[in-house]
Amino acid sequence: MQDTLSEIERAALKSLESVNDPSALEAWRVANLGRSSALMNVFSGLGKLSKEERPVIGAAANRVKVALESALEERSRLVKAVALARSLEEDHIDVTLPGRRKHVGRLHPSTQQLRRVLDILAEMGFQVFTSREVETDEYNFQLLNFPPHHPARDMQDTLFIEAEGRGDNPIIMRTHTSPGQIHAMRQFAATNPQDPPPIRIALPGMCFRYEQITVRSEVQFNQVEGLAVGKNITFADLKGTLTDFVRRMFGEGTRLRFRASYFPFTEPSAEVDVECFVCGGKGCQVCKNSGWLEILGCGMVHPVVLQNGGYDPRVYSGYAWGMGPERQLMLRHKVSDIRYFWGNDVRFLEQF
Amino acid sequence: MKVPISWLKDFIDLDDLSIEDIARKLTLAGLEVDEILYVGLSMPDHAARGLHSSEKHEFKTGGIAWDREKIVVAEIREVKPHPNADKLTLLDLFDGQQEQVVLTGAPNIFHLKGTGKLPKPIKVAYAKEGATIYDGHAEGLVLMTLKRAKIRGVDSYSMVCSEKELGITGEHEGIILLDDDAPVGMPLADYMGDAVLDISILPNMGRNANVVGVARELAAMPGRELRKPEPKLNVSGQSVRELVEIEITDPKLNPRFVAGLIRDVEIKPSPYQIQRRLKLAGIRPINNVVDATNYAMLEYGEPLHAFDYDVLKKRAGKKKIKIITRAAKDGEKLKTLDGHERTLNPVNVLVADEKGSLGLAGVMGGEESEVGDKTRNILLEGAAWNYINIRRTAKQHNLPSEASFRFSRGVHPAMAEGGVHLGLKYMAEWSGGAVAPDLVDVYPLPPKDAVVDITVRDIHRWLGIDLTLERAAELLSRLEFKCEVKVETLRVTAPDHRMDIGEGIVGMADVLEEVARSYGYDNIPTTNMADALPPQVGNPVHEWEETLRDQLVALGLQEVVTYRMTTPEKESRIVKYDEYVRIANPITPEKNVLRRSLIASVFDSLEKNIRYNEAFSFFEIGPIFEPVKNDLPREPRRLVIVMTGFREATAWDVKEPAKLDFFDMKGRIELMLGGLRLTKVSYAATESHAYLHPGKAAEVKAGGKAIGAFGELHPLVREQYELGDLPVLVADFDLDVMRSIPPAYEIKPIPETPPIYEDIALIVDESVKAETIESLIRQTGGRSVTGVRLFDLYRGDQVGAGKKSLAYALTYQAEDKTMTDAEAAAIRNKIVKRLEKEVGAKLRN
Ligand SMILES: [Zn+2]
Repeated sequence: MQDTLSEIERAALKSLESVNDPSALEAWRVANLGRSSALMNVFSGLGKLSKEERPVIGAAANRVKVALESALEERSRLVKAVALARSLEEDHIDVTLPGRRKHVGRLHPSTQQLRRVLDILAEMGFQVFTSREVETDEYNFQLLNFPPHHPARDMQDTLFIEAEGRGDNPIIMRTHTSPGQIHAMRQFAATNPQDPPPIRIALPGMCFRYEQITVRSEVQFNQVEGLAVGKNITFADLKGTLTDFVRRMFGEGTRLRFRASYFPFTEPSAEVDVECFVCGGKGCQVCKNSGWLEILGCGMVHPVVLQNGGYDPRVYSGYAWGMGPERQLMLRHKVSDIRYFWGNDVRFLEQF
Repeated sequence: MKVPISWLKDFIDLDDLSIEDIARKLTLAGLEVDEILYVGLSMPDHAARGLHSSEKHEFKTGGIAWDREKIVVAEIREVKPHPNADKLTLLDLFDGQQEQVVLTGAPNIFHLKGTGKLPKPIKVAYAKEGATIYDGHAEGLVLMTLKRAKIRGVDSYSMVCSEKELGITGEHEGIILLDDDAPVGMPLADYMGDAVLDISILPNMGRNANVVGVARELAAMPGRELRKPEPKLNVSGQSVRELVEIEITDPKLNPRFVAGLIRDVEIKPSPYQIQRRLKLAGIRPINNVVDATNYAMLEYGEPLHAFDYDVLKKRAGKKKIKIITRAAKDGEKLKTLDGHERTLNPVNVLVADEKGSLGLAGVMGGEESEVGDKTRNILLEGAAWNYINIRRTAKQHNLPSEASFRFSRGVHPAMAEGGVHLGLKYMAEWSGGAVAPDLVDVYPLPPKDAVVDITVRDIHRWLGIDLTLERAAELLSRLEFKCEVKVETLRVTAPDHRMDIGEGIVGMADVLEEVARSYGYDNIPTTNMADALPPQVGNPVHEWEETLRDQLVALGLQEVVTYRMTTPEKESRIVKYDEYVRIANPITPEKNVLRRSLIASVFDSLEKNIRYNEAFSFFEIGPIFEPVKNDLPREPRRLVIVMTGFREATAWDVKEPAKLDFFDMKGRIELMLGGLRLTKVSYAATESHAYLHPGKAAEVKAGGKAIGAFGELHPLVREQYELGDLPVLVADFDLDVMRSIPPAYEIKPIPETPPIYEDIALIVDESVKAETIESLIRQTGGRSVTGVRLFDLYRGDQVGAGKKSLAYALTYQAEDKTMTDAEAAAIRNKIVKRLEKEVGAKLRN
């Protein structure tokens, strides 16, 4: 009997060696460990054995059963591993095929740039102040120290709105966001006319000029101005604020150059050249090899403007500066045609 | 304004500075140099000078340098015929070292051909073999190097040059004929090499629109001195005062009028060096008298006008000449010296006599009294005019001139006298005339001296620098301000070439600007504001719109920004409006009104894109403009969304995705309004928007207010655009109303009790609205029903004609315990019963 068991074990283990797939494994299990297998027949024949033989053969049969079961488990692990290895080998894709796209949303590049500017200004304590796009000559020019027929008006060709009986105060499309300076100062001053509070605001918005629409000039464009008014604000502070702003905007260590200039609503006035952020000042096409880019106009708020805003220029001073988000984008990304901005061609928009 | 360096050096020593240094100094002071044009002087070699790399080509630079060895002054001694060519001549020429034979076809010496040895040699600019000059025959500026060649059998290796060949002007008709005193053999670059600075003159710096003005700005550098022109005149004959009188009818129009007389001039070309400077400055030489007026103006800043004195005398007859200045009469006519007859109005100011008008004051002279070849005696005018009248006159008659450029920016009346003196001096020098004694000078309205007091504290408060009054006085004196240091204040008087210094606090700012410029903006420190922080005020409109933009982008919508300007025709394709904010001077007929709606503008963008993409989801946020008669328009804020195309992106294995339809738009709107936390949102079918499909349009309300509408574009409207065949979805929202509805956050805890899910399908009549069924389910289920989601809509044989089946996934949940199936079933039965009763719904099995 012992020999029979040994033979059962040997034969079973031998046949297991050629088992290589899950169905053969199952067939092997049925044949060797199933109800009608030789081993099971040994178990079911135990009752016919003598009292002495029964435990001995029983124990031996059990050992064989355990041995076959563990061999089966091991073989089954091996078969699975082989099958997995084969399937991994066969199941592969061309990873260079293009991925499936989604239609995604984006902000217009001008909005993106306006946000960059306004975010930096917000951190510097300048809060957003917005005002209307159609203005009176009074707010757009006169209160900002552009008298009627002043030569400085040549700098800002104006779109006029049809209206009658307006005399020296026609309705116009604002040529800059500066009328907001007067609106803001008057609004702040109204809260305490005897001792108006200090102001630090950013004025973003669309502006309009009587300009032919060409590669270089547009009839509408965004502007952002900064305005600070207070009791101890100096030209040196203006330089400090703009240096901080420019370095946040265009990079640590960017050099600036203040050139004397003229705007009717500031005095002293300056143009700010920023070291070319495309070439780092070495000279390139964008800066026309000069190493500098004209980025900002600025100055100390003119006494007449302070006065018109309700702030006594003998007590208060302030500074203002202005810049164009579209111009910044054009310089930074070498956008060759300003008409792209309002053309809204997705092939342009999706590059931002 | 174009300023030759050689001219500047008449008034200030600059030899120790490079041309770029000069340009930089001017630029920083507000006289921005747009370009440096080299006309002979050697161009800088930065690499050799080791400048900071950022200073490479700091200025736009052009032009040509004249080789000092190879381009020299020479003299032509004889003009001989060419043996084989009639139109060419051979010049016997001496270049200071040796005799040369030079071939030329120059027409302006051709008449001397074969006349033998010239009695007086002709001085010319001579380029030797190997010299680099511009090709006179090429289009534009092309450099070439002179090489030996045989032309019609004669050796040619060098050239007498035209202005084009040397880069002075584009003129190539003849060779340059230099002045007789030009030293033969001298390098031409030493004799007349130059560089021209092209300077932008700011509107408040009219005072610098002249060579002396530019030199004065350079003299603000420490250690430099300005040598102002001080013309000395030899006078003879009868005083002009006995011959001419002046009547100013309105001193506000004409604060001062000065006239001088010069007799027996010989009209001829000016000396070449003068012509050259005028040309470099952009002015065409005419004759020695006209050139003298222009030259004096460019040099000193006072525009002058020369009258033919004999014409004036003839007009006056036996009487004394009387110049009258006055406003023109309405409809009065004047023939200006450009030959145009002009119809005038009272804005125009005239120089006239008793017979009538002579010229348009400060803008252009009249034809009759113009200086011509036969003119012998000249009356020279220098005057001051009201800048507004000059400006409007120049604009009205489209006559921008050098004179009106200056007068329209304001020329100080004090300049008139010096200007006339200078003009007379140059006329005498170049024409041989004799200047009459005295000037007629009528000066009824001298401007008040601008006197400003500033303090150390003013300087500190405005500029942020600490200067002593003495130091400030020194800085200002360099710009010719008169300064008087008192105990606490500096009393500053503006020099009498300036009109831009005001009084009081304005004058303070004006003077402080000059202190800052003279001190150098670069020398002012950079500081951080020490002032108190302002009260914090938000901008709710801006912040809310930025949130909305973020919502829309997150929903896959592309933001566009379009023109505020459009045409009524464009908008009438969508909605016809009667009233518009109209632009009086539109830049193009395509942009003649301000938009009443964003839809047409966004459609324009869509139409332009439609060829290139498979799907579009655009939005724009911005103002529309509602007219208010003769007053400022209202500027309400709007949101427009436009969608069309495929619902999802195509790919290599996604060929024909479903098309966007009404419910894609509605889903975006639901999510947008949900994102803004607007509650009580309802949608109702609407037919009140003619541009929308009448059966696929909805009006949206939130918080009880109508906030907008959306739907599929009406097929007839779509036909008017090239938008393809797919449905186009449009939404238009009134942001001002939307923003006025307060957001409601109802944050509920996440339930911890297990939910029971059940699907029910209901068969109802086609007319029953989905919204009604859902609200009945919610009402009946109360708090126990936490989810109602329509997951199928079926029409067909299984439910019968006129019926539809709506299948809902319901979620039942108790707040505080585990709900049992029996409890859920009870609720469901209640719901079904209610639906049966209210809308005749049948539960479908
Ligand atoms: Zn660059």
